[in-house]
Amino acid sequence: MERTILDAEEMTGFIEKLAVESLKEAGSHLAVVGIKKRGAIIANRIAESIRIAGMREVPLGFLDITLYRDDFSRIGPNPVVSGTEISFDLEGRTILLVDDVLYTGRTVRAALDELIDFGRPGLVRLLVLVDRQGRELPIHPDFVGIKAVVASNQYVEVRVKEIDGMDGVVVVERR
Amino acid sequence: MKWTKRSLICLEHLSREEIVEVLDTVSSFKEVSHRAIKKVPALRGKTVVNLFFEPSTRTKTSFELAAKRLSADVLSFEVSTSSVSKGETIADTARNIEAMKVDCFIVRHPGSGAPYIIEQAVSSAVINAGDGCHEHPTQALLDLFTMRERFQKIEGLRVALIGDVRHSRVARSNIWGLTKMGAEVTVCGPPTLIPMGIENLGVKVEYSIEKAVKEVDVVYLLRLQKERQQEHFFPAASEYRNLYGFNAMRAAIPSGTFLLMHPGPMNRGIEIRSEVVDLPNSMILPQVTNGIAVRMAVLYLTISQV
Repeated sequence: MERTILDAEEMTGFIEKLAVESLKEAGSHLAVVGIKKRGAIIANRIAESIRIAGMREVPLGFLDITLYRDDFSRIGPNPVVSGTEISFDLEGRTILLVDDVLYTGRTVRAALDELIDFGRPGLVRLLVLVDRQGRELPIHPDFVGIKAVVASNQYVEVRVKEIDGMDGVVVVERR
Repeated sequence: MKWTKRSLICLEHLSREEIVEVLDTVSSFKEVSHRAIKKVPALRGKTVVNLFFEPSTRTKTSFELAAKRLSADVLSFEVSTSSVSKGETIADTARNIEAMKVDCFIVRHPGSGAPYIIEQAVSSAVINAGDGCHEHPTQALLDLFTMRERFQKIEGLRVALIGDVRHSRVARSNIWGLTKMGAEVTVCGPPTLIPMGIENLGVKVEYSIEKAVKEVDVVYLLRLQKERQQEHFFPAASEYRNLYGFNAMRAAIPSGTFLLMHPGPMNRGIEIRSEVVDLPNSMILPQVTNGIAVRMAVLYLTISQV
């Protein structure tokens, strides 16, 4: 059982809107960092939209938070480690941290820890396509595409062309 | 493919898929050593024990750095000051250390099979850091990773393993790993240092170094293991050098590009001449660098199964 909450066109619209909003607030010293896997793809599109809207390139990086998770001994078979790519200096920059869905906040906690191991950013702002209720840590997004209120046996899935063959946001019933 | 083993004892018992999974994981760990803060919290709160019954500097240091870059605590167990010299068996030694709640043993031992005995005695992760003339799996994995990094593949590579094959656990692990990955392996050395029946492992035997290095992608030199040679396998070191030492003249033989590899420590002037150590195609230091990332990957994969 699944229900679509954003189709491909709406999803693109939200990403472009978020890019413009964040560019307005972030100023000149901006860099975009996506959380793998799907957050990295959204980050890539945000950076592309910023390039078109702001007429300039912004540095783009990716975080793989596998090695920073707080559930190492509880997840059973180890997840695939796919590598972090930050090739620019974070010192004093405004970092736009991007993920697809914000839920418990634990992924963002891990991402912040990892980010800070690379240097000392001036500001970190959090951009998410979907804000799902159910935070377990005091973490709040700065830029949100849509808010989703879903039951605890459901989960929100962001689908992207690059991995899933199509764009869209769906709510899936857990069996 | 998901890794499911708590130990790494030998490459003989790994599948090609498992080897590929380790190599794929290594790339991510390599990046950690290039960060401003060369540390990730993946193994925070885990304790890794170096259990070395044989002298080693680089393997021990490499494992220690790898564990520290993953935020594990490392304890080095010195055999000379231990109860092993008072008659304790290695299984009891390992059980006693495990009773202090450790998570992983890195074992180096002069006897083939010692890491396996320890693996049977404990429920922690066990990683073989070299046992007798048996295997040295992390060395072969770092060699495979280095080759794959340069050639983008291992399948079809022509590799010549030259020197003291008889006493070399590095050679055995490499033979298992390379043949599983589809490389063509030739072993070369004086007949006294080539074990009988080695062809059964799927390698070719060549006694002339000139022929062995003709048209190869990798020249892999093995250290002459004087400490393991209890009889005379060749008349003199100078004769070995003249017949099997790798020098500039021999380095010029292979057509095209080839990689020069050595597991260290090198005997300069015996199996390798100084003039070739620093050639641009020498992978000797990149091998050491890759060793850290390979050991990080192996520690991470095995300890996550405990």
